[in-house]
Amino acid sequence: MNDYKHPLTDVEFVLNELVKFDELCAAAGLEDVNTELASVVLTEAGKLGTGVLAPLNRTGDEVHPVIVDNGVKETKGFADAYQAYVEGGWATLTAAEEFGGQNLPNVLGTAVNEVWQTCNLSFALCPLLSQGAIESISHHGSDELKEHFLPKLVSGEWTGTMNLTEAGAGTDLAAVSTKAVANGDHYLITGQKIFITWGDHQMTDNVIHLVLARLPGAPAGVKGISLFIVPKFLLDENGNPADRNDVYAVSLEHKMGIHGSPTCVMSFGDNGGAVGYLVGEEHNGLAYMFTMMNHARQGVGLQGLGVSEAAYQLAVQFAKDRIQGTKKDGSRYPIIRFADVRRMLMQMKSGTEAMRALCLVAAAEADRKNTARQELLTPIVKGWVTEFAQELTSLGIQIHGGMGFIEETGAAQYYRDARILPIYEGTTAVQALDLVGRKTLMNGGESLQSLLDEMAVDISAFETLGGDFSLAAEQCRTSLNNGIAARQWLLDTKADRNASASACVNFMMLFGFLCGGWLMAKSAVQAQAKLTAGEGDPKFLQAKLISARFYCEHMMPRTQSYLASVIAGGESIMALDEELF
Amino acid sequence: MKILVPVKRVIDYNVKVRVKSDNSDVDLANVKMAMNPFCEIAVEQAVRLKEAGVASEVIVVSMGDKSCQEQIRTALALGADRGIQIETDTLPDSLSAAKLLKALVQEEQPQLVIMGKQSIDTDNNQTGQMLAALLDYPQGTFVSEMSVEGDKVQITREIDGGLQTLELDLPAIVTVDLRLNDPRYASLPNIMKAKRKPLAVKTPADLGVELNNKVTLVAVNPPEERQAGIKVASVSELVDKLKNEAKVL
Repeated sequence: MNDYKHPLTDVEFVLNELVKFDELCAAAGLEDVNTELASVVLTEAGKLGTGVLAPLNRTGDEVHPVIVDNGVKETKGFADAYQAYVEGGWATLTAAEEFGGQNLPNVLGTAVNEVWQTCNLSFALCPLLSQGAIESISHHGSDELKEHFLPKLVSGEWTGTMNLTEAGAGTDLAAVSTKAVANGDHYLITGQKIFITWGDHQMTDNVIHLVLARLPGAPAGVKGISLFIVPKFLLDENGNPADRNDVYAVSLEHKMGIHGSPTCVMSFGDNGGAVGYLVGEEHNGLAYMFTMMNHARQGVGLQGLGVSEAAYQLAVQFAKDRIQGTKKDGSRYPIIRFADVRRMLMQMKSGTEAMRALCLVAAAEADRKNTARQELLTPIVKGWVTEFAQELTSLGIQIHGGMGFIEETGAAQYYRDARILPIYEGTTAVQALDLVGRKTLMNGGESLQSLLDEMAVDISAFETLGGDFSLAAEQCRTSLNNGIAARQWLLDTKADRNASASACVNFMMLFGFLCGGWLMAKSAVQAQAKLTAGEGDPKFLQAKLISARFYCEHMMPRTQSYLASVIAGGESIMALDEELF
Repeated sequence: MKILVPVKRVIDYNVKVRVKSDNSDVDLANVKMAMNPFCEIAVEQAVRLKEAGVASEVIVVSMGDKSCQEQIRTALALGADRGIQIETDTLPDSLSAAKLLKALVQEEQPQLVIMGKQSIDTDNNQTGQMLAALLDYPQGTFVSEMSVEGDKVQITREIDGGLQTLELDLPAIVTVDLRLNDPRYASLPNIMKAKRKPLAVKTPADLGVELNNKVTLVAVNPPEERQAGIKVASVSELVDKLKNEAKVL
């Protein structure tokens, strides 16, 4: 979108009031890092996003990457934008200093990533994937691998990819069949991977693939998969790209959205075997993948926020410009004055604010090394934010009316781009099963209990606002009780796996809307305190109060229906005989 | 060679400007502020001269309360070496600003002062010219091209009739126009480094200047809103209205 305005005030509000950024930095021993610096960093990121990435968003949608003789040629203009991104040092934001990173907090990296994701989701996928590769190598690679590959991945001179999916192995990675055979100091990889995001391009002089493959005689299933680094160009003795490795992008997928992002079929070893280097130990690849899962999944959740924010900004602009009403005196007025357009805009506004609050609060848990909370929130960030993004980007079209269905306005692109988000990096069902299984049942509901306890404290504070907020507080309390009841139901029925598997998505959505409401309520309390103290921008704070009130009154009642569906269990879901479908 | 670049904190050019209800001034409460776009171009030019090895040091200076340090930090993040804030309670008018800059130039002895041709808040287009006059330095205004050679600077000025090329002896004052360059985006490492670059705070008294604004802001009024048009039935009615109502014929 061309007229993107970075919502800096809201980002700063969340960082200051919900994340307590200064305390976080002090506790993490990051001297000189504070809200003042964050504000400068975010402002400058906003300029690059607005000036360079946003104008290319439409281009990527219309001019797709193509296969050429030497691989994939990305959309025109993307290489220059990538160059600007790298020269600006933005790729290095959160990486470790020893590999050329700036060592800034994850939560600030997340806030900056929101800019890229909002301005140009297709483009921003490329650095997002590189971050995944950086994380896998930093945590599990040998010193030699780190030395060879990390500095240039961190600087952004090279990009990274994640090669997991195969035609027969999607959600079920146990079925991975790509082969790796030891060959001297390296391995030879053969096989085919599909859906490889940014699998090839000409923006950088090397691409570093992280590839899941099986060694001969490896145990069947998930315990027999190893992780390899397969560079597009092998490195010479000076560490520079030299010989072409036997890995090629052989075709590109035709997709519904994110057209600017090349989704490749990657072929390994057509000419004898692609040289690969083992990361960590044999057969442990999938476990390594899980260590970067929190980051990657939260990153996709953030994309849900980005695309919703973009859709919202476009819809507001349209609603203010589009003249459709006529007053008695004959004067005309814009559609933003219609109550139902307002309802949709409020849903989008309060929804994106709740998403932002949750994304940043969850990202901060990584900086606080609060692993249990980080792991609990991850499936909610990924699952709920990306599902909610479907509704919000759809409303973006609805506000445009017929014009929304016409590609020209740009509203449709956000809707199409958003549709992949609840699918890749673990579908909504995978997130929901993760939430009920690993994150709840496996610890007897303890993580969830501590979250609910924290919510109870903040909601009590919200209840003291009174006045206009009475109904909102009431809805908040009811939703909290719905969360408590859902948790209890899950613990009570844990023996019935069928029931929890049938209920999991509704369970996850309930907690998503509850988390959003909790943070909006907390925001309202902080906003009111600032207003009373005469601090901050009163217009912004008033808007925050109204937004929080709307969210609690109109979004939180959804927890009631999710709870009802959870409690109904799985009987009617599974009762129908397969043949009768 | 040192270059001094004065930068001004102004209302962000993206912000819709509103007038205070008592018409005393533009409403700046909680409004996004930024570096004056012409000053950005000046900073960019100075940094380019440094990168080209022509300049050895780029000093940025701003005037006002502590908040203008934001704009100084921005300039430092773009590549300037150090900053000076001249602390004033009220914004100096053009002549006061020029006097403060004169004192600073005498203290720092830069060979070049590169500054915006005007600021987008008051649109005065005066300070550069006044500074040159006070210092009795050569001046080149509305510059769209410049190159430094030895102790001279060659400049191209955008003037009404076209372009004028002049050569000035250094030290000189150059005020820049829009087309001189395309300012860069600040890089993250430079933003981080900017925190550690020196930023000195001086008062007008330190510079031996007594602030004495000669210009008083009397009132600010928004432009009149455009009225709805009317349809005329005939050409003769149109001519009649243009003649007798609009009085333009």
